[in-house]
Amino acid sequence: MRHLLDFQGWSRKEVEDLFETARLMQEVLARPVKKVPALQGFTVATVFFEPSTRTRISFELAARRMSADVVSFSAASSSLEKGESYKDTLLTLEAMGVDAYVIRADAAGVPHQATRWVRGAVINGGDGRRAHPTQALLDAFTLLEALGSLEGRKIAIVGDILHSRVARSNAELLPLLGAEVWCAGPPTLLPERLPNVRLTPDLEEALKEADAVMALRLQKERMAAGLLPSLPEYVALYQITEERLRKAKPHAVLLHPGPMNRDVEVEGTLADSERSLVNRQVQNGVAVRMAVLYHLLVGRKA
Amino acid sequence: MRLLIRNVRLLDARGERGPGDVYVVEGRISFTPAPVDEVVEGEGRYLVPGFLDLHAHLREPGQEAKEDLASGLLAAAKGGYTDVVSMPNTLPPVDAPEAVAALRERGRALGLARLHVAAALTLGQEGKRITEAALLKAAGAVLLTDDGRTNEDAGVLALGLVQAGAWGLPVAVHAEDASLRGNGVMNQGALSEELGLPGNPPEAESARIARDLEVLRYALRQAKGRPRLHVQHLSTRRGVELLREAKRAGLPVTAEATPHHLTLTEERLRSLDPLYKVAPPLRTEEDREALLEGLLDGTVDAVATDHAPHTQAEKEMDLLRAPFGIPSLEVAFPLLYTELYVKRGLPLARLVELFTDGPRRVLGLPPLHLEEGAEASLALIDPAPKRVEPSRFASKARYSPWAGWVLEGWPVLTLVEGRVVHRVV
Ligand SMILES: [Zn+2]
Repeated sequence: MRHLLDFQGWSRKEVEDLFETARLMQEVLARPVKKVPALQGFTVATVFFEPSTRTRISFELAARRMSADVVSFSAASSSLEKGESYKDTLLTLEAMGVDAYVIRADAAGVPHQATRWVRGAVINGGDGRRAHPTQALLDAFTLLEALGSLEGRKIAIVGDILHSRVARSNAELLPLLGAEVWCAGPPTLLPERLPNVRLTPDLEEALKEADAVMALRLQKERMAAGLLPSLPEYVALYQITEERLRKAKPHAVLLHPGPMNRDVEVEGTLADSERSLVNRQVQNGVAVRMAVLYHLLVGRKA
Repeated sequence: MRLLIRNVRLLDARGERGPGDVYVVEGRISFTPAPVDEVVEGEGRYLVPGFLDLHAHLREPGQEAKEDLASGLLAAAKGGYTDVVSMPNTLPPVDAPEAVAALRERGRALGLARLHVAAALTLGQEGKRITEAALLKAAGAVLLTDDGRTNEDAGVLALGLVQAGAWGLPVAVHAEDASLRGNGVMNQGALSEELGLPGNPPEAESARIARDLEVLRYALRQAKGRPRLHVQHLSTRRGVELLREAKRAGLPVTAEATPHHLTLTEERLRSLDPLYKVAPPLRTEEDREALLEGLLDGTVDAVATDHAPHTQAEKEMDLLRAPFGIPSLEVAFPLLYTELYVKRGLPLARLVELFTDGPRRVLGLPPLHLEEGAEASLALIDPAPKRVEPSRFASKARYSPWAGWVLEGWPVLTLVEGRVVHRVV
């Protein structure tokens, strides 16, 4: 692979190879000195046109753990409206010798456009509603750890599916690994159709016999936009509670891409329980992003 | 200058004749041999009446970085157009008689394709107060429209139709319901959901067309017969159906379709390239087929470019912020000649009609045929294939969704009343 934009054209084998590397990276991260020289001499830029501290720190740590130099650029998209352009920003970084770009933007397609402008590797750090591939990779990796295999497993994704790049990327990746994906949420926050996915407004149907549940963050703006009548209604219909999780398989686990609105998407006590893999997701995020950087930078030279 | 175009196939909306020799003398067509200053070889080529574009954004005044009259009218001449209607959504909008007169004067001075000015239907294109139709007509406006904006207030549109109708001006509408289209940047459907892009549903167009047709009925009743409604850039199957029914019912309504809606579909957005961002959006293959049927059965009267140039930097913004629009004056005819006539067998005379008599009818102009004494506003069309190379466009917008396509049917000579405005032969 040359860039990581989404999972179009990916094979199961490629994902499994990447996870093989991520497992090695996990070992690195378990050592007292958590650093290897794998990316010495490479420069990674995090280019965030939309703020996200968590994702950025995760990528920067991943790069530093492999001894890459890291630079970061962030600009509110409002300053772009004042005439600065994505292209100029990227070409400036290119001139400074950057090898890989982690790009995040509030509009779908910006990382795709970037591949037309720069020679370095482009990693989609989240673009609009379109895709957030490293989040999906770390979700799948975490699920594999917990469940052993995803073949024939039922995964329920719950919440604002319509505006969620996390849901879209997971809906591309998880079926590739053999999982059956269900998406449940308020009818106004469900897309008309998504390939390879069952869509339902009925949470119970999605949770029934599920092996894992992924709750999505609910943005407060959705209410302002009139897409949701009220927060209490959302909580009453879609909050993942211990009680509701009984519909799922006994071993079913809980994921959330964070940051979580406690007692909105997930009942607080459940979020802190052993069934919650939320912290494990964050840990695995670094290992998976190390693997991605390694494959793109070292793999492309080989 | 006296010109002989030798041994050329004559083609107009009535069909093909020839080959024969065509003389251009004193700006008129003649078939009588006469001494000439120059001979152009016409063998293997078609001579057609000059094209009329009902819908071009030439960006002057105010946005000359995107396009200006000189670059836009030269692009038109290169595309075989002898006549171009400029849209009024400039900065400021063309909503006053003086602005219409000034533009016409500039256009005349350039001596390229002829400029016809469309003026705003409402002051500032704000949709609130109608403009001075009688004075605009006297200043030379040929059409009233708030294109680029949608006319939300049905009462204002009704007033505009009655007023414009009284002075013989058609009213053209950008048929999209603003609240249904929301902030959509592409066709709403399975693909927009998959790509995670805000969608603009086909119903935003058809709901508005249905309403506008009812407003037209109402205006006809008020004004007893003169108002004419023209629906711009038709893009949906349902929109075509509504127009077909309305025409069958005898309503004075016309419609246009663009080269991009006729040759591209929403699938192009898979590239996530803002190059394909246009309003109304590229739709599905089913919608495209319905537009083609509309071309064949007369529901669609004209091909209009909706030539909408922007700067490179603007089109390199992301899909949410990049402006809507595709430039197409230079490629419209070869594109449809190749895609619709060569590949799909659309009758050639019908294709030519869609570029000539069709749009002329919308403006109330008489047909232009290749007859003794007719005005020599002509294009010479070469069937030889040539690649689309945006870097060589006369338009300031040097990008194109058809870049690299090999097309036949390029205009190699364009004459306005016998005057050469473009030639590569
Ligand atoms: Zn328009």
